[in-house]
Amino acid sequence: MNEVKPAPHLESRDEVTILFAGDSGDGMQLTGTQFTETTAIFGNDINTFPNYPAEIRAPAGTLAGVSGFQVHFGSKSIYTPGDQCDVLVVMNVAALKANLKNLKNGGMIIASSDGFDAKNLDLANAKTNPLDDGSLAQYQVHVVDVVRLTKLALEGSGLSSKDMERSKNMFVLGMLYWLYSRPMDATIRGLQEKFKKKPDIAEANIKVLKAGFNYCDSTEVFGTRYSVQPAKMPPGTYRHVMGNQATAYALIAASQKSGLPLFLGSYPITPASDILHELAKHKNFGVRTFQAEDEIGAICAAIGAAYGGHLAATTTSGPGMDLKAEAMGLALTLELPLVIIDVQRGGPSTGLPTKTEQSDLMLALYGRHGEAPLPVVAAYSPEDCFYATYEAARIALQFMTPVICLTDGYIANGTEPWKFPTSAELPELTVKFAAPRDKDDAKFLPYKRDDLLSRPWAIPGTKGLEHRVGGIEKQHETGNISYDAENHEFMTKLRAEKVANVAKTIPLQSIDSGREKGKLLVLGWGSTYGSIKTAVRELISEGYDISHAHLRYINPMPSNLGEIIYNFDQVVVPELNNGQLVRLIREKFLVPAIPYNKIQGMPFAVSELKNKFTEILNAKMSTKEAK
Amino acid sequence: MAAYSPMAAKKAVAQAETPLAKANGDLNVLSPKDFASDQEVRWCPGCGDYSILKQVQTVMPELGIPRENIVFVSGIGCSSRFPYYMDTFGIHSIHGRATAIASGLKMARPELSVWVVTGDGDSLSIGTNHFVQLLRRNLDVQVLLFNNEIYGLTKGQFSPTSREGIVTKSSPYGTIDHPMNPLALALGAEGAFIARTLDRDVKHLRDILKRAHQFKGTSLVEIYQNCVIFNDGAFFPFTEKETKSENDLFLEHGKPLVFANGKKGIKLYGLRPIVVDLDGQVSLDDLWIHDERDRTKASILTRFFDMPGSEHYMPRPFGVFYAEERFRYEDAMLDQLNAAKQKGAGDLDALLRGKETWTIA
Repeated sequence: MNEVKPAPHLESRDEVTILFAGDSGDGMQLTGTQFTETTAIFGNDINTFPNYPAEIRAPAGTLAGVSGFQVHFGSKSIYTPGDQCDVLVVMNVAALKANLKNLKNGGMIIASSDGFDAKNLDLANAKTNPLDDGSLAQYQVHVVDVVRLTKLALEGSGLSSKDMERSKNMFVLGMLYWLYSRPMDATIRGLQEKFKKKPDIAEANIKVLKAGFNYCDSTEVFGTRYSVQPAKMPPGTYRHVMGNQATAYALIAASQKSGLPLFLGSYPITPASDILHELAKHKNFGVRTFQAEDEIGAICAAIGAAYGGHLAATTTSGPGMDLKAEAMGLALTLELPLVIIDVQRGGPSTGLPTKTEQSDLMLALYGRHGEAPLPVVAAYSPEDCFYATYEAARIALQFMTPVICLTDGYIANGTEPWKFPTSAELPELTVKFAAPRDKDDAKFLPYKRDDLLSRPWAIPGTKGLEHRVGGIEKQHETGNISYDAENHEFMTKLRAEKVANVAKTIPLQSIDSGREKGKLLVLGWGSTYGSIKTAVRELISEGYDISHAHLRYINPMPSNLGEIIYNFDQVVVPELNNGQLVRLIREKFLVPAIPYNKIQGMPFAVSELKNKFTEILNAKMSTKEAK
Repeated sequence: MAAYSPMAAKKAVAQAETPLAKANGDLNVLSPKDFASDQEVRWCPGCGDYSILKQVQTVMPELGIPRENIVFVSGIGCSSRFPYYMDTFGIHSIHGRATAIASGLKMARPELSVWVVTGDGDSLSIGTNHFVQLLRRNLDVQVLLFNNEIYGLTKGQFSPTSREGIVTKSSPYGTIDHPMNPLALALGAEGAFIARTLDRDVKHLRDILKRAHQFKGTSLVEIYQNCVIFNDGAFFPFTEKETKSENDLFLEHGKPLVFANGKKGIKLYGLRPIVVDLDGQVSLDDLWIHDERDRTKASILTRFFDMPGSEHYMPRPFGVFYAEERFRYEDAMLDQLNAAKQKGAGDLDALLRGKETWTIA
């Protein structure tokens, strides 16, 4: 790591949130990713939130085209990307207009002056230039002629003016590195790697990065420099990981631990495609990735591979789940193992394809015709995408069933530090295929069940196991077609009982923060984990009687969940949907669980949650007082 | 990452031939009966499917594949009940998706002998997408398309191959849908093996099944199959004694196109086929000589699609229209996996660790 000389006015901060915003072509995602990597390696706890438009290149300079990357880091534990930012980096007028509401009062704006010319003002429908009309008086505004300085730094490099301009994001990154006393070596390595085949571009970017850093060092553009000390995290070796990446790794890990080749059938869809991209790289693990002709082809190919004895998976997002529904029912009734990853996004229909939402819970549970229960697990953070997916694979293999693993756009694209496991630490996954049989052996029964009601996995190529499976109702044990009325009812209940038996193999529900008993339980699931945890911890430290439990297993639920719920006077269920888990809790436990919903394509802000929770707690108090 | 090279894949094709088929010693004793499952066959009496089932069961022992290495995959429809009657591995899946399921199975287990049984509704309506994609990818799968030009299982609605004007339950005033030409579609989808046969011509059917099996790639066999209940006689011009010799053109590689008991032949004028009388004026050498590797000619043959009596009528071809081996998807897939592994097998711990880590003491 580079030693960074302390600046004259060095102030210490516990936590900082920076939002990089610009045109979707300005390289804000790369800038944010690089800052994240450097900051993670530096030892801060960190959480990020990329927020980009659905159009890859929406009209430049317009509000529709603004792409943002928010980074929240600190010397304390960080569970969210931050409600509001301390620093807003804007490459043009539209980026400022779109994000000013997210900047704290008195916060800092770093503006690239080039993006505030007459053309950009016009594109963003700004009547006056906010940089000099006095509207930003309550903020610390630093206007930097980034484009001119970038070009000066690259003078004589032989690059075209356009190519030079492309490096402007590195100038800004260099400035931020100076401001927050970060070393640049990880980014330099990263740029060398990224532009391995274009060393001149790599060199230009590095030059501009250093120019940005040195510009701050020599001009004292910022009066103060900040330090954010490494966080006190549990000892161990860390890396940073993005949710979709963690999901992909978990599938490879499950393949390696089970000894089964991995097969992924997938069709490109935002925000799930990165799982396909990641897995396509790892052919050295024997991973077969199949980009199918459509969502149905993707899951059907995976079913074919599962039938053949592979660990099969299909990855998608909301609209793809709709299309796969019939095939899920087939896999369910064939009783073949299959991991289905749904990276949820705003719906219905195309909805908000690049924004997050938790609105597929009911779909996952009930979105198939007939009585078709499936195990459903939900990941609660980027790193938990690994563990939740691995669990989904474990359940699928143990119970011979498709399993749906829900993640969402927020955690799929978000990153956090990960104290990654070694392969030896991962739970064993033991798979036994049905054994070959001789002519004299009793007839093979493909639907004869074990104690947990799972059936044998009888793969083609195994002598003596020739048998037929199909979507028509099956006779118990033989698997032959059966239209018998009693058999259908029996089989329907048997399949449901099998899924219910999954509860015997999952950990009991625990309380994440707070006491086991008390006034208010916040029950969350999925990606709201970080925001709820932060809000509840802050309220506990403020003296409130509040606890937090977070569900990873949605179906079946842990067997002790009822006990936990009954230990509290009230339960509130915050969700990024119009109220889905809350209905299940009400129905299953007959408690008046309180819904708290946000359907804006954005995660909960900690402040929103705190307001709601205190409102419930205070209302309860006043009712009691009134009595 | 090295780009995929078809040349390398050709080598892989040769290497991928697995010795499974040779491994089993008691193959010789298998008979057609060994391929019949214990399930009662439940097609309508007189259904063309019986003949096809019988011929498939007859051909199977000759292929030299252990039963456990054979998988029949079907979708939904009358024809799709087929796997239940075969004592091999089998999946009766969902409507239109057999080709997709078979694709995944074949990618996972290239050494298996995978057969798809489908119908005109299953693969030319609801499942057309997977059907054409399988053809272009060229996985080594045999697709038996039972074409009866009607929806039988749902009790008689018109199908994508039903002829214009046909009166059915869902077209009481006659269908206004123009029918699909399955083999022209298959050729357009870059199908590598395209053939047509008939349920009534059992020897031809058996020969074509064997050819389809021998072909290394996706082989499409369209089988004209009579639905006695809802579309009886749809193919009578091609199957009945009185008419078939005038209407059927049997294709043989390297042989001239001759029909009507040797009385007529087909000549090509440029790209235009003409029926000529073989009355001594025209020599057999002047006729169109069938070449299974000629895609342009195959394309013209798929256009012999009008019914007897219509303006552009040509006899209906049966046999192998086109057969040209090219690299198979599953071989290319394995080739890439092997190439990646040769550079070093995956190490899970290295993957989980990643490139950049830091340690907190």
